[in-house]
Amino acid sequence: MNSSDLHQKIISAARSNPPGGQAPYAFEKRVMARVRSLRPVSTLSLWGRPLWMAALSCVAVTMLCGVWSFASVHTTDNDSFSQELESVVYASMDLHSEEIW
Amino acid sequence: MEASDSELIAAVLKGDCAAFEPLVAKYQSRVFATARRYARRESEVEDIVQEVFIKAYQKLDSFRGEAPFEHWLMKMAVRTCYDFLRSHQRNRETNISELTDTETDWLERVASQPVDQSNDTDAARMLVERVLSQLSPAARMVITLLEIEEKSVKEIAALTGWSLPLVKVRAFRARAEMRKILSRITKEKYL
Repeated sequence: MNSSDLHQKIISAARSNPPGGQAPYAFEKRVMARVRSLRPVSTLSLWGRPLWMAALSCVAVTMLCGVWSFASVHTTDNDSFSQELESVVYASMDLHSEEIW
Repeated sequence: MEASDSELIAAVLKGDCAAFEPLVAKYQSRVFATARRYARRESEVEDIVQEVFIKAYQKLDSFRGEAPFEHWLMKMAVRTCYDFLRSHQRNRETNISELTDTETDWLERVASQPVDQSNDTDAARMLVERVLSQLSPAARMVITLLEIEEKSVKEIAALTGWSLPLVKVRAFRARAEMRKILSRITKEKYL
């Protein structure tokens, strides 16, 4: 018998004896025990937590900026601001009048 | 009424991991039959099947539902079996001369009979396993899918993720590898 005959016979023997698909008793329970020990991994859950953290920190920074700008506007007195503006505007005139006299 | 595969998959993706159990129960026999083509020890077969279902659970969100779930799962099973063969490459047998008595009997009976079928299926299965275990992982995968399971080149490409030319090249090399092993047997036993 040559090797090609043997090849055909071995292949036909393999085809006529397919392996069985019988599973051990309660194999699915064993798989489920492993599955339950795993945390479900999805792309949404992977990105969700860091995105929430980033969103919360952005909100916190925005609120701090808002509070700071609100406080700085209210601490500036309108009267002192107008007096300062007046003195700046009239400063050149004062200098000029001093030279005349 | 039993829930369909797509309903069960949707439930798993929503977080109900218990919905995965009917899928395991439904498809485990197909995955076991596939794994038994590549692994001999039952403990190895169980490890492969378990790994297939764990991978399927972890990658379930990548299942688009364009093809049946069974096709997607069998792709995963074949690729896991290939990984198993590659990782156990060092353990594969390199000596065919130590055939058991039943295997030698089967060979002699087959050699003398013009008919392909032989009654001693256990001996045939053991001898087939012994011959296949000497092939390289890629050769064993191709011979199993192409010649034993009689799948087309296109189907093998889809299952393994190899390109069509690569499947053809590997099939050519696998047949040459198998011829070499078988010619060694025929020389040792019949010359």
